[in-house]
Amino acid sequence: MTRVIKYVFYDILRTRFILMYTVFLLISTFALFQFDSDTGKVVLSLLNIVLMVVPLVSVVFATIHFFNSYEFIELMLAQPIKRSTIFMSEYLAVSFSLCTAYVVGVGVPILMFGVSPSVLTLLFTGVVLTLVFVSLAFLSSVLTRDKAKAIGIALLFWFYFSLIYDGLLLWVVYSFSDYPLEKVTLALIAFNPVDLARIVMLLQLDIAALMGYTGAFYQQFFGSSLGMLFSTSILFIWIALPITLALRIFKRKDL
Amino acid sequence: MISVKQVDKKFGNLTALDQVSLELKAGKSYALIGPNGSGKTTLIKSILGLVIPTSGDIVFDGESIMRDWKYREKIGYMPQIGHYPDNMRIGQLIDMMKNIRQGNPKLDEELIDAFKLYKMYDKRMHALSGGTRQKVSAALAFLFNVPVLILDEPTAGLDPVAAEILKDKILHEKHKGKLIIITSHILSDLDELATEMIYIFEGKVQYNNTIEQLKQETNESRLNKAIATLIRQKELVASVTDLT
Repeated sequence: MTRVIKYVFYDILRTRFILMYTVFLLISTFALFQFDSDTGKVVLSLLNIVLMVVPLVSVVFATIHFFNSYEFIELMLAQPIKRSTIFMSEYLAVSFSLCTAYVVGVGVPILMFGVSPSVLTLLFTGVVLTLVFVSLAFLSSVLTRDKAKAIGIALLFWFYFSLIYDGLLLWVVYSFSDYPLEKVTLALIAFNPVDLARIVMLLQLDIAALMGYTGAFYQQFFGSSLGMLFSTSILFIWIALPITLALRIFKRKDL
Repeated sequence: MISVKQVDKKFGNLTALDQVSLELKAGKSYALIGPNGSGKTTLIKSILGLVIPTSGDIVFDGESIMRDWKYREKIGYMPQIGHYPDNMRIGQLIDMMKNIRQGNPKLDEELIDAFKLYKMYDKRMHALSGGTRQKVSAALAFLFNVPVLILDEPTAGLDPVAAEILKDKILHEKHKGKLIIITSHILSDLDELATEMIYIFEGKVQYNNTIEQLKQETNESRLNKAIATLIRQKELVASVTDLT
């Protein structure tokens, strides 16, 4: 497996995309630290980048990479290597490079301007979100043979979780506002990894009330640490579920 | 060595393989013949595990390949159209394959030398012509000295010199007692290289016997005439059964 991972890495590094992504994160984090000396505020601004940009980059890069390495995958499949080994090598190499880019890009400025628990949580949520969206990207890649369609599905995941889902949630809360909705909203939030990441972050920052009704309730219901544990474990399900599903499809796929 | 047992493969509504059963034995060389889209490549890909049969089983050395992958150590595969990572160089690709398939200590670099590929080690795969690509595919298929060789249209796109080199190599390996499966539309090539013939039409095995037998049955001395006669006979039978 390490041998296959090595070659996937080699391929990823050659495109220089990962390098550009790292530089982009470095510059924006540095810039934010320059604008404001209050780490709390910087973390909040960074949070917005993490919640929008990281999933978008992860999902698009992973899908494009998967289709660009179709030839490599085809070649490897005719060799004495297990299908799951090939697939998981691709997944691990892509996730690892994106996570490294993120940790370096956001982590280096943070190290220079001072470490606090909240920035560590920020790093953590970014890594988890990367893993979730690479999972989703791989799922969309095995669902179809068409590159454009797969990128479409991948982008749809991003749109859905970053924009549409919140709208739907608001609509539900608004239309059924006459009923006690606390537990329902809690359950509904678990279906969106981006919301979960936001909650983990806000619970850490102790400003959950800023998120309004749900945030406040979340904190009251779980307390900070239990809430964190709950949302983190659901986030891990969000990593494991799509990739397991994708692996199952890939094992039965004709190439 | 390889037995294909009642393999069906459907792509949506299209039946690519229809109850295909075959016994492929070590030491023999099989010519896989059939019109375009008759299921030859699908059959080959099923043996390699690239295509998963809808039903049926394929057994390699007594073990089903459905959950297995180790058996591919014993197969050298030359695809019809070789797809390789675009920005890799030839040398890197060959090194990578050696690195990935470490199980075979005895490498056979004869074709790399014969095709003078080492002179082009620095060329990137996307810059290669179709013929050079075929040479790389051939060199990779023979590199690991494996007992089973599966060659999908090996000589298509090669220049006459390279085609002769490859044919000599195939004959040489055949005499070593390897199992060789070749598909081709160039029947005169198959006449030299193969001893057995499998004729596939619309996913069904229509004929499976030695080439000698076929020539006797059809009273023809050359393979292409013999096959033409065979096809005409089949068509005749089909039209008669359609009438009734």
